[in-house]
Amino acid sequence: MKIAVVTFPGSNCDYDLYKAAQQVGAEVSFVWHRERGLSEYDAVFLPGGFSYGDYLRPGSIARMSPIMEDVIHFVDAGGPVLGVCNGFQVLCEAGMLPGALVRNSMLHFASRDVFLRVERADTLFTADYQRHQVLRVPIAHGDGNYEADEQTLEALESEGRIVLRYVDAAGEATEAANPNGSWHNIAGIINERGNVLGLMPHPERAMEELLGSTDGVGIFTSLASSLAAAAG
Amino acid sequence: MSQYRIEVRVIPRPGLLDPQGKAIHHSLNSLGWKGVRDVRVGKAIYLDMDADSEGAALETAEAMCRRLLANPVTEDFEVSVVGEMEGAES
Repeated sequence: MKIAVVTFPGSNCDYDLYKAAQQVGAEVSFVWHRERGLSEYDAVFLPGGFSYGDYLRPGSIARMSPIMEDVIHFVDAGGPVLGVCNGFQVLCEAGMLPGALVRNSMLHFASRDVFLRVERADTLFTADYQRHQVLRVPIAHGDGNYEADEQTLEALESEGRIVLRYVDAAGEATEAANPNGSWHNIAGIINERGNVLGLMPHPERAMEELLGSTDGVGIFTSLASSLAAAAG
Repeated sequence: MSQYRIEVRVIPRPGLLDPQGKAIHHSLNSLGWKGVRDVRVGKAIYLDMDADSEGAALETAEAMCRRLLANPVTEDFEVSVVGEMEGAES
C-alpha cells in the first residue's frame, strides 16, 4: 500500500500525515507540489497548513499547483483522496468537493479538541467506526466555516454526504459545539462517488494515547483495510 | 497596445455571513458612529496590464476573476479601468 502526501509551500501537517499513514502500514512518500505523477500510489493525502500563506483565499493558490492536475486525474480514476484542514480547503477550491471554507464566524483562530459525530460509517474512510460514534479530535484553523449555496447544502444532507459533524460530548450537534459557524455543524464531507473526503479536524493528531486521543486512528485503518481488500 | 490599470473588487456575496464586516461594524458603533447599518469587507486588487483596448483589458480581468481572483461560491466581483497609460512599451 503506497500513499502520497502532497506538500505545498506552507504545509505544516505533512509529517503528521506521513506518520499516521506509516502507523497503519503504508509505504509513504512526500510528493512536492511541482512534481508530476501519482499513478503509482493507492491513496493521496493533502495535508493541513497554510499553503502560500493563505494569500488570496486559503487553498486558492495551491489549487493551481502542477500536482493538482494529477490529483484530479487520480480522483477521476477512482483513487481515494483525503484532505485535512488546508487540504480540505484545497479540495473545495479545486471543485473536487462542493462549497467553500470561510473565516470562522467568531473570527478567532480555533485550536482545541472538539467532539465529532460519525454520520456515515460506510465510507472508505470511516468503516472502522460505528455510526453515531463520538470522537475527540483536535482542530486548528482560522477558516473552517463551511458555506455553500442552499441547493448544495440540501443535496449534501439528502445524499448523506456529511460524514462528520461537530457535536458536544453527548453527541448533540448544538450551536455551542460548533467551533466555526459551519452550516449544520459540518466538519467533513465526501464527494458523490465516495472517494474524496475533506475535513477540518486533524485525525492525524489523534493517533497516540500519549498525545491525548487515538480517535483519529480509525480514518487511517478504515482506508488501509479497504485498500487491502481492493488489492485482494 | 496600451497599458491599463484595472481595479478588481471582490465582495462577499449577499446573505453570506461576513465576520470581518461584523467585527468592524461593532467597532464603529462603539466609537460612536451609530448610523452604520451594515459593513461588508471585500478586497481590491490592482492590475497593470497591456491590452489592445479597454474592453479587452476588462475581459481578461474577468477571466482572471473566474479562474483565480474570486471564489464563485462565496464572492462576487466587479472590474473597472481606473487608469490608462498611452503608448506603453510594446
